[in-house]
Amino acid sequence: MSEKVQKSPTSVDELVGIVQQAKTDNHQIEIIGAGSKRNIGQKVNADIELSTLGLTGINEYTHSELVMSAKAGTPLSVVEAALDANNQMLAFEPASYAKLLGNDCDQTIGGVFAANMSGPRRLSIGAARDGLLGIKFINGNAEQIKSGGKVMKNVTGLDLVKLFAGSWGTLGVMSDVTFKVLPRPETMRTVIILGLDEAEASKAMALAMAQTVEVSSAAHIPSKLSTDFFDGDISNKSITAFRLEGLEASVNDREQRLHTALKAYTDRDVLDADQSARLWKEIADVKPFCDQSQSSVWKVSVAPTIGHQLVAEMRKSRDLDAFYDWQGGLVWMRLENGHEANTLRQIIKSSGGGHATLIRADEATRAKVSVFEPMLAPVAMLSERIKLQFDPDNIFNSGRMTLTNSADLKAAV
Amino acid sequence: MTELIKFLEPDLDILSRRPDIIAGLKGFIPDDCLITDERELVPFETDAFIAYRRLPLAVVLPETTEQVSKLVKYCNDQNVPIIPRGAGTSLAGGAIPQEDAIVIGLSKMNRILEVDLDNRCALVQAGVTNISISQATDADGFFYAPDPSSQLACTIGGNIGMNSGGAHCLKYGVTTNNLLGVKMVMFDGTIVEIGSKALDPGHYDLLGLICGSEGQLGIITEAYVKLLAKPEGARPVLFGFNTPEDAGRCVSEVIGAGIIPVAIEYMDKQAIEICEAFAGAGYPLDVEALLIVEVEGSDAEMKAMLDKIVDIAKRHDVKTIKESQSAFEAALIWKGRKSAFGATGRIADYMCMDGTVPLGQLAYVLEKTAEIVAGYGLRVANVFHAGDGNMHPLILFNMNDPEESIKAEQAGMDILRLCVDAGGCLTGEHGVGIEKRDLMTHQFTKADLDQQMAVRAAFDPQWIFNPSKVFPLEGREKR
Repeated sequence: MSEKVQKSPTSVDELVGIVQQAKTDNHQIEIIGAGSKRNIGQKVNADIELSTLGLTGINEYTHSELVMSAKAGTPLSVVEAALDANNQMLAFEPASYAKLLGNDCDQTIGGVFAANMSGPRRLSIGAARDGLLGIKFINGNAEQIKSGGKVMKNVTGLDLVKLFAGSWGTLGVMSDVTFKVLPRPETMRTVIILGLDEAEASKAMALAMAQTVEVSSAAHIPSKLSTDFFDGDISNKSITAFRLEGLEASVNDREQRLHTALKAYTDRDVLDADQSARLWKEIADVKPFCDQSQSSVWKVSVAPTIGHQLVAEMRKSRDLDAFYDWQGGLVWMRLENGHEANTLRQIIKSSGGGHATLIRADEATRAKVSVFEPMLAPVAMLSERIKLQFDPDNIFNSGRMTLTNSADLKAAV
Repeated sequence: MTELIKFLEPDLDILSRRPDIIAGLKGFIPDDCLITDERELVPFETDAFIAYRRLPLAVVLPETTEQVSKLVKYCNDQNVPIIPRGAGTSLAGGAIPQEDAIVIGLSKMNRILEVDLDNRCALVQAGVTNISISQATDADGFFYAPDPSSQLACTIGGNIGMNSGGAHCLKYGVTTNNLLGVKMVMFDGTIVEIGSKALDPGHYDLLGLICGSEGQLGIITEAYVKLLAKPEGARPVLFGFNTPEDAGRCVSEVIGAGIIPVAIEYMDKQAIEICEAFAGAGYPLDVEALLIVEVEGSDAEMKAMLDKIVDIAKRHDVKTIKESQSAFEAALIWKGRKSAFGATGRIADYMCMDGTVPLGQLAYVLEKTAEIVAGYGLRVANVFHAGDGNMHPLILFNMNDPEESIKAEQAGMDILRLCVDAGGCLTGEHGVGIEKRDLMTHQFTKADLDQQMAVRAAFDPQWIFNPSKVFPLEGREKR
């Protein structure tokens, strides 16, 4: 089939019909929201491009109960505007990789959850998956399934909700998502230390997180990249940042205690609420690497104190740029040439585990490198069995999360 | 006693092979890790859902993951069901065995293997008790957040199995939000590691699926759990109200105002009386509804938060406000709440329900609950986590009266249906177990349940793990 068919259902019934027909015709479907993250993952081979943009709108929003339900194709901007009007927010502060990937698409709320798009507050409040309470989806048998619900505490049955978060559309197509929202903190402030190297910053972050001051986010930006933030207005030295949020009186108190704990680091400053909001948004959206290039960008998650050691190890063999979120455990890494997948994954493996995702790469690289972390054989087989229990004919986003490539398999075992 | 809840019929072939199976088990574990004597099996015949009991074929108490692996492989090869067990504190019958099953108890695997404060996590064996993790890290200023009422006894493996919550999960989340990784034995004995000290999975979120799967997907032998810096101080405050509606609206407004205390616990008059008689915590006896609101942090922080909460409570005609004046008083207040179930047990047998409802439905559900229970001629005490709508009506009855026992079970089921109809769910933190298994069709369609069972089969194709639980016995394919 040469020409791809475009479908954009406007109702769940229509969506079910499309999946049913695809199953009958033995066709494969690529699920697309706004398309902001379409180039993440292995290339999907599909006959049908299914847009969720016609499935749009907020179903239910009870702000006093901190819950919203929306159709999967609802633009995130629409969700956030509704929350703004009630002084509420998505606590996991969804990141946007649109600029990083060179587009300006307004991602959908379904896409946010399908890709588990968490920002800097992931460290304290949890990931997108922790905020997702319930989903409705269509599986590969064209059945409508629900899991979870709209209440905060729910252990009824298997938690398919968590499984769908971060499954990149490979298990089914979500039609509706229900999620937790939180009131915006009364105020926000960021204590920064200037001029630390990466190892010192790791120590400082561990120290801050051990205090009873509820640091909600902790990041480190080496000097080479620090001028990319705030258009260079903060400093050209390295920045180690700690966010405090909550009631004004409480933040004042905690700020003082954090200063006391960090008093050995003399070059300190404080960012106000507006400056803080901007800094953490830029960190979430990977601002330093939004360079309109196709150079490889890795998102690496390891234990917090391992982050900078991993980068140091990588730098033994080549030059690269990196900065750190999640107390140092989330490493954003840019390589001007090549990808170094095997070296990187080998180091992760030998330093206690974690994973690396190749968020940005040119098409040739994506054709030969596993974008998502390859799994050991028993877990890979289990994941494949699970996929088939949702999508026995492999209709949805086929091949997006797995590359069958002998070199990769070797790296995994 | 007549049993409303059925178990799978014991497999007579397995029963007849009991001596061979026991002889086989002996090959994998030291003698003192195998229990086969009938009297010694009795402690394993039930859990905290004591109305139901079954003697297992045998109990094994392995000491290593490798032993668990060999035992599971053997049972799978022999087609013998396995019941994983932590401390046996399940209120939903999650650990109740069946006659043709081997219980694999994790109580001997009770060591904390690593505490990593810089990365704020601990690696523990599954049989470690919940409280011991906090105890082991207390001196360094850390704790493990989920705190089920049974935390003195319950194990981390059991917590993961049921995705346990606790009074403080309003702020800190439940087990799934505090878990980084597990080591798990699969049906065929394969040992897999899911997760690590790093956040989030690199592929499918198998950890999220495993947590709360009620021992149906495999046996967890080790876990990485998150540690948090211990708050500087904590202060529970009592707010007494004339009506449940006032209390319910106060809760909604506190949450809606963006104040997230660590806990908001609700007690009705019956529960207040029971708990006060037991703990002498100074609960007001002249109110219809009591909220225990706990805030934490430094003195300045607690004051800032409490001032706001008091303002809101006053708008809802709060009758009594009582702040704990000392650590001793604070401990008494929590002692009263955490021993609510035990204290209730002193005056009657009780059945504890666990549905969750949207916050706006609290008052309505409380009223309806009272009607339902009265309709069966029984009494109810309500103690629950109001901040997240997780209700725990305690239906009081006399277990020695078979008719009343059945009425209590029926009332419980009616209440859970009510929770689902009000937009909530059957269970907020106790799990489905056998207790709520047959109500699953009230919350889920056949397609929903078939999808869950299909996922279950991807982990356990022969359904050897905890097979009588969670999914209604009717409607299973070839089980």
